[in-house]
Amino acid sequence: MNFTLKIWRQRDAKSQGAFETYKVTDISADTSFLEMMDILNNNLIHEGKEPVAFDHDCREGICGMCSMHINGHAHGPSQAVTTCQMYMRKFKDGSTITIEPWRSAAFPVIRDLVVDRGAYDKILQAGGFISVRTNSVPDGNAIPIPKKDADESMDAAACVGCGACAATCKNGSAMLFVAARVSSLAKLPQGKVEGARRAKAMVAKMDELGFGNCTNTGACQAQCPKSISIAHIARLNREFLAAKLQD
Amino acid sequence: MAYKLDAKTPAGPLAEKWSNHKAAIKVVSPANKRKLDIIVVGTGLGGASAAASLGELGYNVKIFCISDSPRRAHSIAAQGGINAAKNYQNDNDSIYRLFYDTIKGGDYRAREANVYRLAEVSNLIIDQCVAQGVPFAREYGGLLANRSFGGAQVSRTFYARGQTGQQLLLGAYSVLNKEIAAGSVKSYPRHEMLDIVIENGEACGIIARNLVTGEIERHGAHAVVIATGGYGNVFFLSTNAMASNGSAAFQCYRKGAGFANPCFTQIHPTCIPVHGTQQSKLTLMSESLRNDGRIWVPKKMEDVEAIRKGAKLPSDIAEEDRDYYLERRYPAFGNLVPRDVASRAAKERCDAGFGVNETGLAVFLDFKTAIERLGKETIKQRYGNLFDMYEEITDVNPYEQPMQIFPAVHYTMGGIWVDYNLMTTIPGLYAIGEANFSDHGANRLGASALMQGLADGYFVLPYTIGDYLAKKIQAPKIDTTTKAFDEAEAGVRARIERLFAIKGNQSVDDIHKRLGLIMWDNVGMARTKESLEKAIVEIQALRKEFYKDLKLVGDNNSFNVELEKALRLEDFLELGELMARDALNREESCGGHFRSEHQTEDGEALRHDDKFAYAAVWEYKGIDEVPEMTIEPLEYEFVHRAQRNYKD
Repeated sequence: MNFTLKIWRQRDAKSQGAFETYKVTDISADTSFLEMMDILNNNLIHEGKEPVAFDHDCREGICGMCSMHINGHAHGPSQAVTTCQMYMRKFKDGSTITIEPWRSAAFPVIRDLVVDRGAYDKILQAGGFISVRTNSVPDGNAIPIPKKDADESMDAAACVGCGACAATCKNGSAMLFVAARVSSLAKLPQGKVEGARRAKAMVAKMDELGFGNCTNTGACQAQCPKSISIAHIARLNREFLAAKLQD
Repeated sequence: MAYKLDAKTPAGPLAEKWSNHKAAIKVVSPANKRKLDIIVVGTGLGGASAAASLGELGYNVKIFCISDSPRRAHSIAAQGGINAAKNYQNDNDSIYRLFYDTIKGGDYRAREANVYRLAEVSNLIIDQCVAQGVPFAREYGGLLANRSFGGAQVSRTFYARGQTGQQLLLGAYSVLNKEIAAGSVKSYPRHEMLDIVIENGEACGIIARNLVTGEIERHGAHAVVIATGGYGNVFFLSTNAMASNGSAAFQCYRKGAGFANPCFTQIHPTCIPVHGTQQSKLTLMSESLRNDGRIWVPKKMEDVEAIRKGAKLPSDIAEEDRDYYLERRYPAFGNLVPRDVASRAAKERCDAGFGVNETGLAVFLDFKTAIERLGKETIKQRYGNLFDMYEEITDVNPYEQPMQIFPAVHYTMGGIWVDYNLMTTIPGLYAIGEANFSDHGANRLGASALMQGLADGYFVLPYTIGDYLAKKIQAPKIDTTTKAFDEAEAGVRARIERLFAIKGNQSVDDIHKRLGLIMWDNVGMARTKESLEKAIVEIQALRKEFYKDLKLVGDNNSFNVELEKALRLEDFLELGELMARDALNREESCGGHFRSEHQTEDGEALRHDDKFAYAAVWEYKGIDEVPEMTIEPLEYEFVHRAQRNYKD
């Protein structure tokens, strides 16, 4: 297969970026999208040009490192997969593919397709944890948890923290990311103890870091590679309101 | 000069060693902990749990990771589960049984005392993770669920769907975040350690490169902990993440830390087979699939050929024409034999010509029987995400046709030598998790990597490091303007400049792929004297080529992934040779190390306990010099070393 690639190139956060056009040829349909990028980069290196910088690591869809807006979609046109799990058979032979970094005020570009997602770490540092100390805990089976609750908690905990939700949202809101963490812990008895404090602290931090407000368009859910449901946003809102009422 | 190795194994009965040791080692008072600095390199399960626990204790901790966030470490990709001796299933599990299975699984090449401690603290890990909010799988009664894993006849593996590593890492990362927020831990993401600094024979800091700006930084500490995982990417194609590397461990080795059993590599039996030449990595299919999946190849060569040509589908092959070779060869454990045994059995069938894809390097993992017995819905609940991933990659629906699998490099049991305190041969330098060599012998059992990473980080290192730091309570802050730091920084800068100055024609990946092929063909699943000697010569030649013909673009003062990769490859080119040398020395077969010259009549690994019941600890002597080996004898006080038997 052959492709024309329009890729965003930007030297660093301060520089102006622009699209550059490249061609890749003779790509097998079983090649993954990132392997196609590897091939492009190896070609560029042999031409003495700098390769395209992009984030990636596990290539199994779990580390959350890969990003990229591909043809206008976070993680590309496939549903419920990360960029690294997309294969070239999903694209039409001979087509042009447009590749951009996440576009979000809270995720400044570091280089080319690489952005700084440190804001997500900061939100979790504000309260995305249960305050337990090592060794100061009861037996694992001392806290029975209904299977349904554990399953729902796991659904939310599947978030890989890739940033697609905020990058997709027209308001640049990180609500789905925050909600996934709040909701995952809120479904467990261990997490309820600090529930009110957690919801308030994480939402306040999200606002402080320049993420926008949620207007329930649902775009985040549609583009989430782990199909995290916006029902978790409703749960976050309940948690948040309940916390405010306690004030 | 050979090492004087002291494993510091405590005396006394096996079950009392750890308690006795804890009682005997020194502790540091809270007021003094505040004055002591610790660097932790790597933020996977080992590094994150250690940094969080040390921060809670009151030490000043700095953590470094090469990713954009501690949460990305490759522990996150572990799928199947984590072992613990809870005996919640009432199937007669115990600390002793977990210890025994682990020692036996490792083919009697691990220290008894370390492995017993691992089994002992395994139960605490589950409690800890539950309290952190890890959503482990539950039964309808609300209690924790278990499943079975290879090498065990009890059901002791705790899991969170097929994402156990992710959930455990997010748990450790969450308590790490708690400590970062509290100010006890300072995080340095997108930073790579490029050297360890040693003063008066003790570790006192690191040189790190800021991967965004290219700045070379100095960081001092009273102790340094290496938690940077394994070096499986020396093979280029492996199940490791793309950036996983052996470099931090290798810098320690270069500066004098002993490197133990480098040839012990785990080849995981259930990975998606290699296709074409453009592939960047191999994808693991969780070992948990062997709970319900059955491994087979056709009995008749004509069926093999028909399947390869597409004239027959695997589902067309009648039951009596299928060779469920693991069930045939190992009736007692069947499809749940340990990984090394399953991998070699797959190789044996493919070598005999029964490989089921066009390359002849694949076997079937089939869920037909399980779907008939349990229904598609149950299978979907258990393995849905893995089945989806398989279909995404191969375009084959595993509910209808069996998966094709083949062994791939997955984990390295070898690593930096550590004593019972997890301290390396350099005082003040520690190694935990996959980065050390200590607990898995010659083969690691499934669901035990997560256990070891968290055991080291939560429950072992936070105690044992105090024994060393108690001697440092009068020590001032580490001065990073000393000659030792000057020299280390100058060395790093010179190394980087040298690589840019080569201006050759081959990219990092071009050379790395060639190294990978040399390793896989000669230092892979079956090794011989000839193949290993050949590998050493070829790696040396490739290394020379690297220094003459590397093409490195960009510069050092910006975000430059090619430079990161080149530095890691430079280390792999030495590490690969070290692995081959170690494999050449070990003239026996044990666990994942299979020397074709040493096998039983049935083709099983044949150990030579009279000659090789030791850990081989290598000391660096220079880039083109032969390293010196010191042995740490492995004395077995409690377990009788037998030939491993998974047949009855």
